[in-house]
Amino acid sequence: MAETTIFKFSPARPAPVNTEGLIPWVKSNLFANWQSALTTLVVGGLLLFYVPQFINWAILTATTVPNADACRAEGVGACWGVITEKYRLIIFGRYPFEEQWRPLVATLLMVALLVMSCTRVFWKKWLIAVWVVVLAAFFILMYGGLFGLSEVQTDRWGGLPLTIMLATLSIVFCFPIAICVALGRRSNLPAIRTFCTIYVELIRGVPLISVLFMASFMFPLFMPAGVTIDVLIRVLVGVTLFAAAYMAEVIRGGLQAMPKGQAEAAASLGLSYWQTQFKIILPQALAMVVPGIMNNFIGLFKDTSLVYIVSLYELTGSLGLALNSDADWRPYKLEGYLFIVAIYFAFCFAMSRYSLWIEKQVNKSKLR
Amino acid sequence: MSVAPRTPPTKRDWSWRSQAFRGLLYQIIAVVLIGGIAWWLAANTAENMRVRGIKSGFDFLTQPAGFDIGESLTKFDSNDPYWKAFLVGVSNTLRVAILGIILTTILGTLIGVGRFSRNGLVRGLCQAYVELFRNVPVLLQLLMWYLLFTEFLPDVTEAKRIGDIYLSKGGITFPKPIWESGHLFGVAGLLVGAIGAWFYRRWARSKFEATGQIRSMFWVPVAIVLAVGVLGWLAGGAPSQFAVPQKGEFAVEGGGALTPEFMAVLLGLVLYTAAFVAEVVRSGISSVARGQSEAAQALGLSKGQEMQQVLLPQALRVIIPPMTNQFLNLTKNSSLAVAIGYPDVVSISNTALNQTGRAVECIALIMLVYLTTSLLTSFFMNWYNAKSAIKER
Repeated sequence: MAETTIFKFSPARPAPVNTEGLIPWVKSNLFANWQSALTTLVVGGLLLFYVPQFINWAILTATTVPNADACRAEGVGACWGVITEKYRLIIFGRYPFEEQWRPLVATLLMVALLVMSCTRVFWKKWLIAVWVVVLAAFFILMYGGLFGLSEVQTDRWGGLPLTIMLATLSIVFCFPIAICVALGRRSNLPAIRTFCTIYVELIRGVPLISVLFMASFMFPLFMPAGVTIDVLIRVLVGVTLFAAAYMAEVIRGGLQAMPKGQAEAAASLGLSYWQTQFKIILPQALAMVVPGIMNNFIGLFKDTSLVYIVSLYELTGSLGLALNSDADWRPYKLEGYLFIVAIYFAFCFAMSRYSLWIEKQVNKSKLR
Repeated sequence: MSVAPRTPPTKRDWSWRSQAFRGLLYQIIAVVLIGGIAWWLAANTAENMRVRGIKSGFDFLTQPAGFDIGESLTKFDSNDPYWKAFLVGVSNTLRVAILGIILTTILGTLIGVGRFSRNGLVRGLCQAYVELFRNVPVLLQLLMWYLLFTEFLPDVTEAKRIGDIYLSKGGITFPKPIWESGHLFGVAGLLVGAIGAWFYRRWARSKFEATGQIRSMFWVPVAIVLAVGVLGWLAGGAPSQFAVPQKGEFAVEGGGALTPEFMAVLLGLVLYTAAFVAEVVRSGISSVARGQSEAAQALGLSKGQEMQQVLLPQALRVIIPPMTNQFLNLTKNSSLAVAIGYPDVVSISNTALNQTGRAVECIALIMLVYLTTSLLTSFFMNWYNAKSAIKER
């Protein structure tokens, strides 16, 4: 018997499960199994309960009329009138009212400079010159006394310009110190290494506030008789020295990650110590730790709020200045807080996104 | 013509241009420079203090402080000396720091793990939390919590009541067990239980190594500790008296209480630091290669064993150093309590400074306290880190 084989089609396989689009996403991310579904229901329920209430308070029933009586009316939610009434005092502190265009322009210049420094097309030699020009313009605008601008003493500076100035200047000044300290901590000269280690560990072991207390209470004692230094500069020095210790550790991390062969190759080419560091080691090490440097900058930006404790009225302090002594508006301090929270958040969030972007740029060279 | 072979320089070959000499020179310059600056500052300070008639020295510590402290673990009276006030401040700082570290670790780990959740809603919420809380200055958060606790809660006389817990502008008041000698048995029971659990774990491990049989290394020890603790408590006569707070005419009396200052500091620090801890945990977990979890599954380990034996030990190695930093940050940030009037060591030193004018001494004390806690914490964490590091030959 001859076997005959009859050709049969095998049944078609089922179409692949659709994994794109909204419904499959919901299925796999919100209702994958019963635990997930339960979580979705509970969390979603809470969100559905609270988010509309918040929106109702913050937007729908809120008022923006700068009138405290309008806020006290029944059924009114958030009182943003406190912002429309006081925003200039909150943002510019005690700066003379008619002259407030000056800090505005100065701040815009500074922000523009920062944005510029973060953009690749501007990474040129002349950027340093732009920095010098803008910083000079900032101080001329703020302090005045030149070009017919009236003089405004530093104790009247406040608000956002002060926050941005403290953060920017201390990061700029702390950088050279940090590089020296980081190199010093890895030096093979024991005395220099010891000094740098003590400096870093001492500063990192104490809170910023004690450094600020020192700048504000002890610094005047340190100076020879007759020499008085403006409190703003004292605080700036304190913040800079504080930031330098943290920055030095970040940079040291980068130095440590450099393979030894780089330094040896440079030495075999006959480069001196400083040539080796500045032409070979530091460019690579710094590129490696850019995210850490950015994190430090974000931290510093937030830390400037602490100068409020030594009576400098930056953003946090100027809010207190604006509201604490005003019985009409004091009940609406929460709205004021939310306003400056939004400002801080906008700056810090932008910086953290930028940090992610730059991390990607730096890692590009490692991808093949 | 032949060139005499140059002998390599030995250490004894002195030259003004040798590296050794230059190194020595730089170091001498550094020492002289820093010593000079330090001497100059010290001389200025001494001169200024003499001119202004500021006395120096720590003798003021034994004088009566003359101010009251809002909250302290031990009784403090305004006639007590300054050193006692400082101790109260230190204990308040440590109370916030230790509680804060424990709570932050729990919350931060939950949120960090939550970012790997299969549920999209949980993932999104955890990310939103991290972004929101770490991008706002911690001082601002403390001030906001304090505002919420002191403005938006009812007055003490109209305290909100949930069960036996009262919530008001004066803080939170809750039932507290009354200490009796019988509790001592319970504590002793817990201690005995802990020792028993340690022996059990040792025995279980040696059994595992000898036979490969797995015994619970977590739940059984926990059960031992709790069971022996409860037995001790029962042996002590099962004291279960609670001091229940009562609403009086002007205040809520009795029971345990937490002030709004303490709650604001604790909550602000925990919520802020938890965002950073969450990021640390997330990066730690994602640093463990995927193959590790697949290999664990291929070996037939259960989900719990996989986490405990394979993933966690590797993730911890990445997590511990930055975690130490976060704990130190929390401890140092607790100094911001001065902004809302929680009597921590900075706040008390600040008061002492204003009263006595001894700026140098008071600031030195603050720095000493924080330096000590920082060094102790990093010492402990370094020890733990060394313990969990890779054991290499």
